[in-house]
Amino acid sequence: MAQVVVEGLRKTYRVAVREPGAWGAIRGLARRRWREIEALAGVSFAIGTGELVGFIGPNGAGKSTTIKILSGILRPSGGACEVDGLVPWRDRIRHVARIGVVFGQRTQLWWDLPVIDGFDLLRDIYRVDPARYRRTRDELVGLMRLGPLLDQPVRQLSLGQRMRCEIAAAMLHEPRLLFLDEPTIGLDAPAKLAVRELVGTLNRERGVTVVLTTHDMQDIEALARRVIVIGKGVILADEPLDAFRAGVLAERRVVADFAGEAPRIAIPGVEERAREGRSLELAFDPARIAAPALIAAIAADYPLEDIRVVQPQIEEVIARFYDLHGAGEA
Amino acid sequence: MNGVALYLRYVGASVRAQMQYPRSFLVLNTAQFFGSAIEILGVAALFGVFGRIRGWSLGEVAVFYGVINAAFALADAPTRGFEVFGPEFVRTGAFDRVLLRPRTTALQVLGYELRLRFGRLLQAGIVFAVGASAVRLSFTPAQVLLLAWTLAGGVALFSGILVLQATLSFWTVDALEVANILTYGGVQAGQYPLNVYAAWFRDLLTYVIPIGCVAYFPVVALLGASDPLGAPGWLLPLTPAFGFLFLALALSVWRLGVAKYGSTGS
Amino acid sequence: MLRPYLAVLSARFQLVLQYRAAALAGFATQCWWGGMKVLIYSAFYAGARAAPMSFAHTVSYTWLGQAFLMFLPWYADPEVADMVRTGAVAYERLRPVDAWGWWYARALAWTAARIAPRAGLMFVTAAVIMPLVGLGRWGLRLPADGAAVALFCAAILAAALLSATMTVLLNVVVAASLTDRGANAFAAPISIVLSGSLVPLAFFPHAFVPFLRLQPFAGLIDTPFRVWNGELAGLNAVGAIGLQLAWTLVLGILGRCAVESVMSRVQVQGG
Repeated sequence: MAQVVVEGLRKTYRVAVREPGAWGAIRGLARRRWREIEALAGVSFAIGTGELVGFIGPNGAGKSTTIKILSGILRPSGGACEVDGLVPWRDRIRHVARIGVVFGQRTQLWWDLPVIDGFDLLRDIYRVDPARYRRTRDELVGLMRLGPLLDQPVRQLSLGQRMRCEIAAAMLHEPRLLFLDEPTIGLDAPAKLAVRELVGTLNRERGVTVVLTTHDMQDIEALARRVIVIGKGVILADEPLDAFRAGVLAERRVVADFAGEAPRIAIPGVEERAREGRSLELAFDPARIAAPALIAAIAADYPLEDIRVVQPQIEEVIARFYDLHGAGEA
Repeated sequence: MNGVALYLRYVGASVRAQMQYPRSFLVLNTAQFFGSAIEILGVAALFGVFGRIRGWSLGEVAVFYGVINAAFALADAPTRGFEVFGPEFVRTGAFDRVLLRPRTTALQVLGYELRLRFGRLLQAGIVFAVGASAVRLSFTPAQVLLLAWTLAGGVALFSGILVLQATLSFWTVDALEVANILTYGGVQAGQYPLNVYAAWFRDLLTYVIPIGCVAYFPVVALLGASDPLGAPGWLLPLTPAFGFLFLALALSVWRLGVAKYGSTGS
Repeated sequence: MLRPYLAVLSARFQLVLQYRAAALAGFATQCWWGGMKVLIYSAFYAGARAAPMSFAHTVSYTWLGQAFLMFLPWYADPEVADMVRTGAVAYERLRPVDAWGWWYARALAWTAARIAPRAGLMFVTAAVIMPLVGLGRWGLRLPADGAAVALFCAAILAAALLSATMTVLLNVVVAASLTDRGANAFAAPISIVLSGSLVPLAFFPHAFVPFLRLQPFAGLIDTPFRVWNGELAGLNAVGAIGLQLAWTLVLGILGRCAVESVMSRVQVQGG
């Protein structure tokens, strides 16, 4: 059953046009001129309970406007949207009690207080039953290995530690829907892996629906089974990640390490993509040459140390997709 | 957990957070004491030169001064969240987080901080005590009740002004300094009895921003004087109610501001 | 050789002028404040005992005090305070310019940029518009003659130079104490009282007045405004301006030594 239903969502902002120079500023005081900016031009999608959806798009595409509407912060200019049967902006307090939101760049904890005090305060803000709170909190603390962090003031935590605490904080009232906005931004590699693992666990084991917005395509690759791509206020793609990848970039890749200098390969339907010393990355069109045939052909002519078939990096797929749709950053 | 209990939890958190910096607590309180005490120094210097102002003595003006400053100090401590609302909530986007929590916005902003500042309050108390003893004010239970009621009205009025200042930041965060006219300027205006001012200014301070209703009329009653402006004696102790009316109006304007934020995002 | 200092001067001027709304808000606030003070003085003078200054002079002094309020060293340069907080202050040593001169130029530019628009508007309001709408009695009276105007300009210039040395000293205190809280909290009340911004220095008890006029803060407000009112004229005015400049020199040298010692400490700590 669909948990989130969005239909024809539109949002226009009115921005004051600033005229240059001092004279323009004075004139602006007397009569302002406005320009309409269409952030969302009719967005529709549905998300089912238990899904983990990657919501991506370049800066200014309308991602955060959509998330803000879904989470009850903003009121749209048109269209409809329901989350668990509630209209977010109309029923803000009931709605936000059922969702969790993590902003990677902003904390929801209290900077100068120990983590545990912030958790306790959230219990009271969300009116969580004390016994139930203790159980949930202890589970989350175990799951996210927060034990040693609980007594430290938030300001003393590393970014990675803090992000684990943020996600736990967003889960204390057991929301069925979790919005994650750039949850891995600024984290080092191990911390990113830890956050991804946590999000995956919450989704798989607790059945939490997750909407993930991020610029880090590795997050998408590691977690999302479905992607919704937005650009210039409209949905450009909404499909399973594999289908999306195949649709945008049909080619597949072979990475070969040679015993000597990497050779030039001239096989029809095969193109060189990258070269580094003894290593070579080749793109091939599976419709023209099958992977086993290509590997056999290379192995027959050159001494190979290793060879493996890989998928194109997701960043590349996305970049190609934006190019195709002219949806790059304005 | 109801709103009041939650507010007390916020207060506890805020106090604990501030106590992480004990030195800064002491420095800022001392500074606030001196920073506000220079005002009475200026008042005293002028009385040294002129003796009286429109018939009022230094002792009487000290009572007016003490009441308005105490009311402002008491209002300023809990409403810190509204005072810094523009830069701390709107400009940073932290107001989004407020909207993401299942509580009313005003309660959460109020819970932002209970500022532990006693400098101005201490200063106001000392000035009031000195003034009260200079004019030999007697404290019957009725007088004490009147003083408390006056202060309550003053706290409500200044809280209302700070809520309006916060509401203004939904439209602009550049020009918030203007609101100081109403807060610090209101304190400054209320330090002197209303009849020292020109008529138009008196009307402004009575009917638009009712500083006079929480600082002048009830204090005239407290001093046992009759109003040189001719307000009837029975009315004087009732006027602090207008502070509460002002606060109620300010909170309804606040709700308009919140709705406006929802449709424009900032 | 002066190029970097002039560059920072003009850059900060432009930066501050960009925030027109803030400047207008500040101006409105200061008008309100000035108006209220004038109303209170008017009530005091109505009970007329002999006062140390005439009502007209007190009113002019009050409006000028609002126009040049930013001469007071309210707080340390916020950018310096920021650098101290983030530790970036150590990089100040890497600039190929003299640290004191750099901070001084910034302080001067900052003061000038905040004063110029507000003072201009205040002059127009209090000296032109108020008399035109019939409020001349409560407005700003112009100096008696050209000589007074010339001396006033010199005194204002000296006040600006003096004010910047104070801001630099505050910066040094902030850099040495690693926080802007203490210094900023005490700088404002002290300078408000001692400069004459609270009430004209002449209104303090007679015995103190000569001493109050010798201390450096008097050079920010009291000296130039008494020149404007003609209470200081001729050689007396020249002498008072000389005192402003002498304090500028003393505080400047003090600041220089302090900047050197603080900056070398910053380097030892390694930021």
